[in-house]
Amino acid sequence: MGSPNIPLPTVKTRSLSCPNCGGTIQIRGFAHSLTAVCQNCLSVLDTSTPEVSIIQQIEAKLRRTPKVPLGSRGKLEGTTYEVIGFQTRGISVEGVLYEWDEYVIFNPYKGFLYITEYQGHWNIVRPVRALPQYQEGSKPKVIHDGRTYKHFQNATARTEFVLGEFPWRLKVGEEIKSDDYTSPPYVLSAETTADEVTWSLGEYVGGDLIWRTFQLKDKPPSPVGTYVNQPNPNAGKPSGAFRLLMLFLAGLLVLTAFFLVTARRENVFNERHHFAPADLGEKSFVTPIFELKGRTSNVVVETKTDAMNNWISLGYALINADTGTALNFAREISFYSDGSDTEGNRNDSTTIPSVPPGRYYLLVDPEGDAKLGSIEYDIIVRRDVPNVAFFLLAAFALLIPPLVIVWRTYHFEQVRWRESDYSSGSSSSGDDD
Amino acid sequence: MSQRVANCPNCGAPINFRWSAAVQTTCEYCHSILVRTDLDLTKVGEVAELPPNSSPIQIGTEGLYGNKAFTVIGRIIYDWEQGSWNEWHLMFNDGASGWLSDAQLEFDLSFTADPGMALPEAGSAQPGTPFEFNGTQYWATVQTLAHYRGVEGELPFEFWDKSDVVFVDLRSRTGKFGTIDYSDTPPLLFLGEPVDFEKLKLKNLREFEGWV
Repeated sequence: MGSPNIPLPTVKTRSLSCPNCGGTIQIRGFAHSLTAVCQNCLSVLDTSTPEVSIIQQIEAKLRRTPKVPLGSRGKLEGTTYEVIGFQTRGISVEGVLYEWDEYVIFNPYKGFLYITEYQGHWNIVRPVRALPQYQEGSKPKVIHDGRTYKHFQNATARTEFVLGEFPWRLKVGEEIKSDDYTSPPYVLSAETTADEVTWSLGEYVGGDLIWRTFQLKDKPPSPVGTYVNQPNPNAGKPSGAFRLLMLFLAGLLVLTAFFLVTARRENVFNERHHFAPADLGEKSFVTPIFELKGRTSNVVVETKTDAMNNWISLGYALINADTGTALNFAREISFYSDGSDTEGNRNDSTTIPSVPPGRYYLLVDPEGDAKLGSIEYDIIVRRDVPNVAFFLLAAFALLIPPLVIVWRTYHFEQVRWRESDYSSGSSSSGDDD
Repeated sequence: MSQRVANCPNCGAPINFRWSAAVQTTCEYCHSILVRTDLDLTKVGEVAELPPNSSPIQIGTEGLYGNKAFTVIGRIIYDWEQGSWNEWHLMFNDGASGWLSDAQLEFDLSFTADPGMALPEAGSAQPGTPFEFNGTQYWATVQTLAHYRGVEGELPFEFWDKSDVVFVDLRSRTGKFGTIDYSDTPPLLFLGEPVDFEKLKLKNLREFEGWV
């Protein structure tokens, strides 16, 4: 079947002669461009009709240089786009002007996309066709495509400078009311004019992506501060850290249970001694050899006395009978009572960790006050006594990293929201996250 | 697909109809607007010079919507405050008629729909006004005053010599799209959705200098 229509010729690019300075203006957006700016004299031109007219003359001192030059081409998600327009917009907050740049990028089949940059933070912005759903509240939200966005800021954005071409009418000084709603890495923006609310969706990207895409020289500027939809580098880490913590705690519990079940809890030595501090002569003595069996584990040395308003100091050495290796430790035991109040403890227990199996004896060196009475005491040596305190200590140590991550995550959000309408300094309530 | 051949009553050039149900067409040679009355063609007007147009679509472009193939057979061009846009008239291979609107390369595909109710007057469909069509909730988002600029090719109705036309755009939360078209009485309803250019798998597109 023949095609009766005459195919249209290739759409030609066109160039204009600036009605102000006569300079050549290359039009990159074909008939879509309604506004173009003369790069030479900064005249803003109405290009919607063949008779180009001057809308505005921008003061030379307002000139800015786009970081991504007009005419740059690059591939985003498989589509080649050309940078055709650039504008700087700004908002004034308490007398301070905050400015950011916006780029219009174009493909004659796929249409227009936008790139924004604020202090090294980049976003690729697309028009949104569905109608987001408002959720009123002290901090309004919108739901779009199954995602909830929190209101961040309401501001009136003013165009401070324009260059290149735009598929709409634009000039310096134009103001648009805008609202940003964030759900990193996305930001949903509503621009409100008298006629209409226009929504767009920005996605946070690294400057390196922009540099790679458009093959720019040098390096992208380092981002300053935290941006409205910058992904929290710790996002998802707290829950991950807590999952890991749970795993470790479970492992610790199993290990502890294993030790509790398999511990020998063996009484290896028990001997009663009498100590009279007033006696003359050598007071130190050695115990008979006892055997510590099983794996390397702890040894508990208990001293039970009948001290009453008295004290005893015991220098101990646990000595390996075969190697001579000695572990020294000293215990002070005192107990005082006036009938109602007591002070001290008659009994003492100390744990020596990681003692290898072998044949051992104790060297005991008691000391006391010769003016006080004598003391009866039992030395009890027990092998491999499980200790729940270790479990608690280990559990506490394991808790530290997740707490640090939680704090970092929280701190990042604090810094982000400090720039919003909901910072602690403003009248609205803070972040309820 | 039937193809009838007639001659332009103005210049005698052959006029091919791609769509048996077409009511109006234009002569590609002398730009006469021709309305089909029974077996005859009557010249009702002439298309003024069309504004420069950079739509990648042209009459003869073919594509797919889901698994239904279509051919672009006509268009209506409107001007508004922010430029112009095209309503491309589509003929589907099952004989159905649809519309692909290209507003600065934002594409919506829609079909005429029965509103099942009397549509409000243009002035009372302010932004925010809710509507329900076919179980989907829509809200009016913008009212646009457009100026009829021209026609080309085959259309399902007589459409020429219009001046200002009011449109009310409708959006749903699920991304559906609608338009109330006040060019006729009672107004017409079109329901559809935004479409991804890539997914339409269009052939016979226009070419752009520097973009091959």
